[in-house]
Amino acid sequence: MTDPDPESALDARPGLQKRTVYEMGTAPVSAEVGAAVFDVEHVDVRYGGNLAVRDISLRIPKGEITALIGPSGCGKSTLLRCLNRMNDLIDGASVEGSIFYHGENIYAPEVDPAEVRRRIGMVFQKPNPFAISIYDNVAFGPRLHGLKKGLDDRVEKALRQAALWDEVKDKLNDSGLALSGGQQQRLCIARAVALEPDVILMDEPASALDPISTLAIEDLMRQLRGHFSIVIVTHNMQQAARVSDRTAFFTVDMQKGIRVGELVEYDRTETIFTNAGDERTEAYITGRFG
Amino acid sequence: MSLGTEQRPFDPTDLRATGSARWADPLFRTISFAAGISVLLVLGLMIGSTTLDALPVFQYQGLVSFFTTSEWNAGSSRNELTGTYGAFAFIYGTLISSLIAIMIALPLSIAVSLYINRIAPKRFRTTLAYTVELLAAVPSVVYGLWGLLSFTPAVLLPVSRFLSGYLGDVPVIGRIFEGPVPNTNYFIAGNVLAIMILPIITAIAREVMAQTPADQIDAAYGMGATDWEVMRKVILRRSFPGIVGASMLGLGRALGETIAVAMLIGGQQRWGISIFFAGQSMAGHIASTFQDAAPETVNALIAVGVGLFVITVIVNMLARVLVWRIGRVAGDAAL
Ligand SMILES: Nc1ncnc2c1ncn2[C@@H]1O[C@H](COP(=O)(O)OP(=O)(O)OP(=O)(O)O)[C@@H](O)[C@H]1O
Ligand SMILES: [Mg+2]
Repeated sequence: MTDPDPESALDARPGLQKRTVYEMGTAPVSAEVGAAVFDVEHVDVRYGGNLAVRDISLRIPKGEITALIGPSGCGKSTLLRCLNRMNDLIDGASVEGSIFYHGENIYAPEVDPAEVRRRIGMVFQKPNPFAISIYDNVAFGPRLHGLKKGLDDRVEKALRQAALWDEVKDKLNDSGLALSGGQQQRLCIARAVALEPDVILMDEPASALDPISTLAIEDLMRQLRGHFSIVIVTHNMQQAARVSDRTAFFTVDMQKGIRVGELVEYDRTETIFTNAGDERTEAYITGRFG
Repeated sequence: MSLGTEQRPFDPTDLRATGSARWADPLFRTISFAAGISVLLVLGLMIGSTTLDALPVFQYQGLVSFFTTSEWNAGSSRNELTGTYGAFAFIYGTLISSLIAIMIALPLSIAVSLYINRIAPKRFRTTLAYTVELLAAVPSVVYGLWGLLSFTPAVLLPVSRFLSGYLGDVPVIGRIFEGPVPNTNYFIAGNVLAIMILPIITAIAREVMAQTPADQIDAAYGMGATDWEVMRKVILRRSFPGIVGASMLGLGRALGETIAVAMLIGGQQRWGISIFFAGQSMAGHIASTFQDAAPETVNALIAVGVGLFVITVIVNMLARVLVWRIGRVAGDAAL
């Protein structure tokens, strides 16, 4: 158990029962960060009754890049999918606790998950463009939500933001599948960006890519930082260190032979990487574990 | 370095086939070649002999007249052609009943497939799919009897009368729904045909839809699509070529279906614009008259059969072209 670093307003709070008291429905404001985009509070996730992650609490700041790291199976993807209710689509998945998005609990019964996902975009591990043209891929989201005015401009802007415009501007009618893996992943980022979401969730977006495409995606994330809040899951320590502002380290707890994911530590990335408060974090980062 | 076994010097004959390997492959190749050829041979003989039998009828009546006029007066001669053989009424009956069938079966199949794939509780899915497929195992004469004795009086006739009553007086399209509504007609045959072709269309549509990659479905949900939008914009769009192909297969079935149609389509050797006209189909006409037909009329019936075969082949080819064209347009979304 680590004492929250007074420097950091975003404390990892595993097991911390006493919480900042604030009124429901108002965005908790942190002195240092300004606003949080997510407030995750005591979240447990189960798959078919089996606990997968336990009691996760953390605040994710607005406009920054937050990295989730940790060994395989510790629940990074699980937590990420909770943030835009993609877990609803998995049979038998259930979420307890609350996740406040700008102060609104997205798990409240009156919330429409489709509206949540529209504002909180997602980029998947494996590039998954549709088997339609590049243009139609990017236009898919806007068309879905009736944003048909200025569609061409919107598509161009999204492709520029995804640093793909120059490569595809002459072949917008070609199939999205006719691109290289790295280009496809940037197309998927453009597709997410075209909806002008507030947050983009990325689950190991570069794990299927070569080093050059990986760097391109990282560059892209740095450029998108500020416009969007980004939460990224990565297995690549250097990547987390290079791009993220905050890092949350998760681990697998093996009590009584049951594997449950837990949040160990959450802090500024430089603190996590240079001066981790928990020895498990340090061991993982330096490669002695995981 | 000896491993305990004596290394025999290499003998060039080692490389030659020994034992059964020497004759098994060539023998099997010959057998399968013969099987392949015999299928072609049977098909060739069938086409050849029926066309030969039909040719005099086509010549006597005139090819165009055979396919476009609708006066059918069976002759009774043993060795010459004396009747009038215009098969249009039967061609029309075949086409219109099949068209009605596909127009009813296609939306139904799509709905059933979507339901099985996406909406039904997981536990029911296999049972449901299996049940639909079971429909294909019902003999067609049973469909005919059931259609005649229960489905028609209980459902189809009231529906027909309702449609005819409401739409029969509308200008232009009213002609299609004009009464009177006899107990057997195109519409009734088409509806029962629809149930008969539902299993094959559903089976294929379901299979094609199930092949939609999960990650594309996730992508759409991730952008805020609703269940219905995912079905429409991802699953259906991607499955479209397959569904077109499935409908064409269903259409092919409907065109050739004989007994059930013969029992339900009406039986008059005439045709009418109204879907409630009691007409006849090509297969139905052959089945219901060949037993009492004089030799010249048997030839004329064979000519009708040849015509049906040609139509079915055309529909199948159209299906292939359509699937191929749509497949190219839809990128890799083809089957
Ligand atoms: N769809 C699912 N059904 C059942 N259990 C699941 C499902 N997805 C994840 N789990 C379980 O939840 C736990 C956390 O999995 P998760 O995929 O979130 O880990 P992760 O940290 O993303 O791992 P990785 O780094 O390998 O991607 C694991 O024990 C896993 O077996
Ligand atoms: Mg994962």
